[in-house]
Amino acid sequence: MPDTPATRAAQATPPSVARKIKGLSDRAIAWIFVGPTIFLLLAINIFPLIWTIRLSFTDFKANRAGREIKNVGLRNYERILTDSDIWLNMQATAHFLFWTIFFQVLIGFTLAYLINKKFKGNDLWTTIIVLPMMLSPAVVGNFWKFLYQPQIGLFNYVIAFFTGKDPSSFEMLGSVQLAPWSIVIVDTWMWTPFVMLICLAGLRSIPDYIYEAAEVDRASKLRQFFTITIPMVLPFLMLAVLFRGIENFKMFDLVVQLTGGGPGSTTELTSINLKREAFEKWRTGYASAYAIILFVTVFGLASIYVKALNKVKER
Amino acid sequence: MSSFSVTEPSKRSKWFAGTMVVIYALVTMVPLAWIMLTGFKSPADAISYPPKVVFEPTLEGYVNLFTTRTRQTPEFLEANPPQTWYEEIVREYDMVIAGPSKFGERFLNSVIIGFGSTFLSIFLGTLAAYAFSRFKIPFADDLLFFILSTRMMPPIAVAIPIFLMYRQLGLSDTHLGMILLYTGVNISLAVWLLKGFIDEIPLEYEEAALIDGYTRFQAFYKVVLPQAATGIASTAIFCLIFAWNEYAFAVLLTSGTAQTAPPFIPTIIGVGGLDWPAVAAGATIFLLPVMIFTILLRKHLLRGITFGAVRK
Repeated sequence: MPDTPATRAAQATPPSVARKIKGLSDRAIAWIFVGPTIFLLLAINIFPLIWTIRLSFTDFKANRAGREIKNVGLRNYERILTDSDIWLNMQATAHFLFWTIFFQVLIGFTLAYLINKKFKGNDLWTTIIVLPMMLSPAVVGNFWKFLYQPQIGLFNYVIAFFTGKDPSSFEMLGSVQLAPWSIVIVDTWMWTPFVMLICLAGLRSIPDYIYEAAEVDRASKLRQFFTITIPMVLPFLMLAVLFRGIENFKMFDLVVQLTGGGPGSTTELTSINLKREAFEKWRTGYASAYAIILFVTVFGLASIYVKALNKVKER
Repeated sequence: MSSFSVTEPSKRSKWFAGTMVVIYALVTMVPLAWIMLTGFKSPADAISYPPKVVFEPTLEGYVNLFTTRTRQTPEFLEANPPQTWYEEIVREYDMVIAGPSKFGERFLNSVIIGFGSTFLSIFLGTLAAYAFSRFKIPFADDLLFFILSTRMMPPIAVAIPIFLMYRQLGLSDTHLGMILLYTGVNISLAVWLLKGFIDEIPLEYEEAALIDGYTRFQAFYKVVLPQAATGIASTAIFCLIFAWNEYAFAVLLTSGTAQTAPPFIPTIIGVGGLDWPAVAAGATIFLLPVMIFTILLRKHLLRGITFGAVRK
């Protein structure tokens, strides 16, 4: 902003006065700079949160805006916490969370370890591996649905090629046993690179002299791996797990395109269930209570986890 | 080559690591390559069994993606010979092109909303990050942390009040509404990242500028901004990719004028079921810019991912 009235005025003021104005204006500038952002955050983040809390105590239905809104107290919360279907959704979410994190950590760390061997062209191959995580999850879900089609889909054909099974004998998306795994596979395909990148940052942060000292002490490679590499990368790895955990707890776009929550409700993760309640059944008050419960759950779990993470860091 | 070092991996382990990584990279590319190939197949080839790797390429998928078509009587078809190559493709199915499809519009919406919200996030975010970095703002850290934590809410949960609010304000299904929404979602992360980049710029530079008679504004504009350019660029890429890929808000809050491409692509329907080549063509056109972007800007992008994550 070189040519605003403020700058021109500042240039025209004598130095002694200007110093005073500058002293004052630091604070003014701070508020001018921060103001719009704070406003936007209040409007898009804080205000909706407060509104959701308020709605969660009512029986409001967004598709019947004219109807009188009744206060129902804690009844929405009570109904959600005693609803057995919701526990099924929570179980589906937990299954998804556990296995995606398990595979992503396993594969992601291995890849990072290999890339850290600094072979020729490793940055180009890293970029290629990273591509899936840059893509739109909804579109990814949509095209994996095509890959998963029985008979015509590539996935079934490849599995059939290696196992000798008939490619039309199993349906990844249509079977109750396989559908939960189908979403784990796609999420792992998409997000392993993220865990890999964070692990790589961890591996690269270990200074060479530690290994050199270990070498002088004649520690075996295996021992170096378990006493240096793993403990030094652990905080990074835990951070990656935190991010994937939060993201996958909110998982919506990928899975809704891939399975739509089906078959039945085997892959109906909490977010998908929430969307049904809020925008298909239009039980806005109930859904708001549900949203708050989810938020508190994630926030609580994440806080506990961060405490553990800080302990690991201190060591 | 280089001097001997105990930490330098042996040739053999490098070779082994390289082979494994290349194999993984190639396997992980198969689904993407398959979708791109499918975009050039005819509908019959796309659903053939066993899946066809070798096929006669056609632009049918792309023509179907960008046009709407209607069936016509043989007399009409005979009286009006096809004028262009894409009409010829459609004629094989006794159809004529009725007009453009909505894909172009949806794609343009993605561009407008993506770039609009990125610009706004970066503009406001840089100002705020500078203020958070250089001035004492009460509760700054708590505030930022709290706002970042609201991102832990599932988008659907946020969408409920936003949906009601936008209906009141007349912002549903408008470009402005989506730009503001994506900016609001992105800006907490943008400020957080940018603050880190600005923190790294030594205070001395600005102090020198202030002593030379620059005002705060000038010092910010002429000294801090150029120094933070790389950080601003990598933050911008993140904002852009988020807005480009976002689906949950888009599907709930837009249906027509402001609908972006991600909710639209899966709804492309052909004659007698999903038109897979057209869907694949749409996915290819939509994903390709991000992929090219990623490869071109890999240095900034990869640094930004780890930087952003590790800082938090």
